[in-house]
Amino acid sequence: MSRLKPQKEYEKTFAFHFFRWLSGSKDPYLGEVEMQPQKEIETPESTILERMSERQMIHDKVYDVEKNRKLVLFHKIYVIAAIFFSIVLAGLLLYTVSCLPGTGNASNPANNEVPKRYIEKGLEETGAVNVVTGMILDYRAFDTFGESNVLFIATVTVLILLHRKKKGSGEKEEDDRVFEPKNDVILQASAAILVPVIIIYGIYVILNGHLSPGGGFSGGAIIGAGLILYLTAFGFEKAEKMFTEKTYKAVCFVALTFYCLAKSYSFFTGANHLDSHIPLGEAGHILSSGLILPLNICVGMVVACTMYTFYVMFRKGDF
Amino acid sequence: MILFQCTLLVFLVVCAISVSFSKNILNSILIYMSYSLIMSMIWVCLESPDLAITEAAVGAGVTSLLFFATLKKIHAIRIEDDKDVKQGKGKEDRNEQTKAPEGI
Repeated sequence: MSRLKPQKEYEKTFAFHFFRWLSGSKDPYLGEVEMQPQKEIETPESTILERMSERQMIHDKVYDVEKNRKLVLFHKIYVIAAIFFSIVLAGLLLYTVSCLPGTGNASNPANNEVPKRYIEKGLEETGAVNVVTGMILDYRAFDTFGESNVLFIATVTVLILLHRKKKGSGEKEEDDRVFEPKNDVILQASAAILVPVIIIYGIYVILNGHLSPGGGFSGGAIIGAGLILYLTAFGFEKAEKMFTEKTYKAVCFVALTFYCLAKSYSFFTGANHLDSHIPLGEAGHILSSGLILPLNICVGMVVACTMYTFYVMFRKGDF
Repeated sequence: MILFQCTLLVFLVVCAISVSFSKNILNSILIYMSYSLIMSMIWVCLESPDLAITEAAVGAGVTSLLFFATLKKIHAIRIEDDKDVKQGKGKEDRNEQTKAPEGI
């Protein structure tokens, strides 16, 4: 260490006193204090054994069925009460179901002008052959946006809770990467055939969301399942080549922002009776029904990434 | 068709009850998976294929996988080591672990 002043001169300055006081070697009341490193407390094995035996004794005493009559009584009452409450709850729910109006009844309270308009003018207004998708991504698109955000928030929470702290810092037992991949030949061979098929099917379900059953959520879940299969078969190292935490953040950010902006624009123009300039196209074609296709793709990407990230975080994979 | 639907419903009830009565947690997850599959078939019968696809993908696929991962983490299911198999106590250990703690 090099100083501008020599050592003797430095010892007279305020800074020397201050730092000596700060580091604790000089106490203002006690004078010079000798600093000693703290020793780690050692627990002899006999103490641990003693503690364990005491715990066992207490456990035996409390749960001694023959002497502790209260516990036996409590158990009996507990079982009876549990069965009783379950039966009462089931009966209550069944009674409520029996009070519901029958399916397809014309005088049902749900049978008002809202579903009538959806069914009669849905195809014309949204351009989607699949009326359900037309409903959830056009009339009720903000609900779906909320759902995507809930998924995103759930993933963020899982990321916070289960994120691996540092590489190589303890928790070796919990780290699945140490023993992965297991190189199971059967699993890898079947995954090599199945994964592309599953992912292509998921993409098909997403892209045909407005024409056939399915949509963003189901297609995204299928793609996520395919990615999970790939991860289990080939291990984290290979999976990280195509999907990391950065990919997740980028995909979710882009998808959610695009969804928000597109739907805000659509709602703004719709509420003010403006022309939105988004062509509805011809019903039945892939490129039709305005914003539904891109919104489906956004939802699908968010859901697929969320499913995959859940699994990775549960395995403590840490991408 | 009605007979088919009734069979499915009976299966559904049987699955739902046997999930809670199964001693082994691994078994209950497998039964839960089959419950989801039957439920997705019922959705098809109720003419809502959208829900059927989602139920099959989420209920039978991803949720069960997450359950498996969680159970592996809390050591409720365990890959039997060679040592355990040799001593022939792997199965007993697993049964002990998966048994619900009594008296709590």
